[in-house]
Amino acid sequence: MAQVQHATHAHEHQKPNTKAIWRTFWILLVVTTLEFIVALGTPFSHGIKVVLYAIMTIIKAFYIVAEFMHLRYEVRFLIWAIILPMVFVVWLLVALIVEGGSIFQMNLMK
Amino acid sequence: MATTTSIAKYESQKIWQGGNEPFKASWGKLMMWFFLLSDAFTFSSLLITYGLIRYSHVAYDPAVHGEFKFSTEYWPIPEKVFAGVPFFHGVNAPLVFVGIMTFILIMSSVTMVLAVEAGHRRDRKDVEKWMLWTILGGFTFLFSQAWEWTHFIIGENSPMNATRIDGTRIIGANLVENQYGPPLFADLFFFITGFHGFHVFSGVLINIIVFYNVAMGIYDRPDRKIDPGAEPYEMVEKVGLYWHFVDLVWVFVFTAFYLI
Repeated sequence: MAQVQHATHAHEHQKPNTKAIWRTFWILLVVTTLEFIVALGTPFSHGIKVVLYAIMTIIKAFYIVAEFMHLRYEVRFLIWAIILPMVFVVWLLVALIVEGGSIFQMNLMK
Repeated sequence: MATTTSIAKYESQKIWQGGNEPFKASWGKLMMWFFLLSDAFTFSSLLITYGLIRYSHVAYDPAVHGEFKFSTEYWPIPEKVFAGVPFFHGVNAPLVFVGIMTFILIMSSVTMVLAVEAGHRRDRKDVEKWMLWTILGGFTFLFSQAWEWTHFIIGENSPMNATRIDGTRIIGANLVENQYGPPLFADLFFFITGFHGFHVFSGVLINIIVFYNVAMGIYDRPDRKIDPGAEPYEMVEKVGLYWHFVDLVWVFVFTAFYLI
């Protein structure tokens, strides 16, 4: 019993290890700031901006899922069980955006 | 050599033959992951619908439409729609308020991770502190969103507004018409940010329940009769997964709705 108490006591005085958390926070903050700069302060065309937004969104999503949700440190099988279905969702996204463009073209011809 | 390879092969096959934990995660965490995956499908379907509808509408083109003015003819530029900030009425501040909301949500995600980290150290005081900050962040985000919706719905009487076919000015927004653009623009705004906001709301409620349990010391001694594999403070980790997911969805909503 004394040993158990001693163990809990030791736990309470363990130093917080938050370096990785704050590093992730700064990355997220910097990328979000970059998004605002691209949106409001650059002369790029809409197409280039969309590509830049997509890249920056994926970077942010990666850091949230990998670091905050800890997926990076899970077993390989679990990582794939989550990532693989989402790959098909990205496919659907691209397919239906292209489809939206086709509907637009069709409406022009009417 | 050949024996080593065949043993390794046998070992890797054995992973899926039962009596083992292939994912090396507790069932609670695993189910949270799969719930979040299914929730990701729901949000994806909303955002994909947004993509499809947006690209089937006319985009604003200065060469064709002249100087920018809201119109039901083409999709509005988001930074022209979301340009208001509380207490600064009439000041044109494109995307500033959404930026603040994004910061609040990222910040509350950080405090949630800090709560989970404190849970690993079994430090109840620290978990309580960071959970409270997370709850506060959640409420702040919800109030910000309430302000944004109110601003969006009431709108203002301005010559920039879109007009009806008979030439009268549309003021404000509802599901049928809005001053910013085609009806579907406001519909998707309400559905997508509303669905996300509801997730934030449920997240705050769950956080409050978990905070209460932490304060009562329930997670210091998990009930192994109810959950044989329970680790102390694992519930904080599970609610943390949900909370980060809400933040993750906001990243995508933010890009789709406010930037593109």
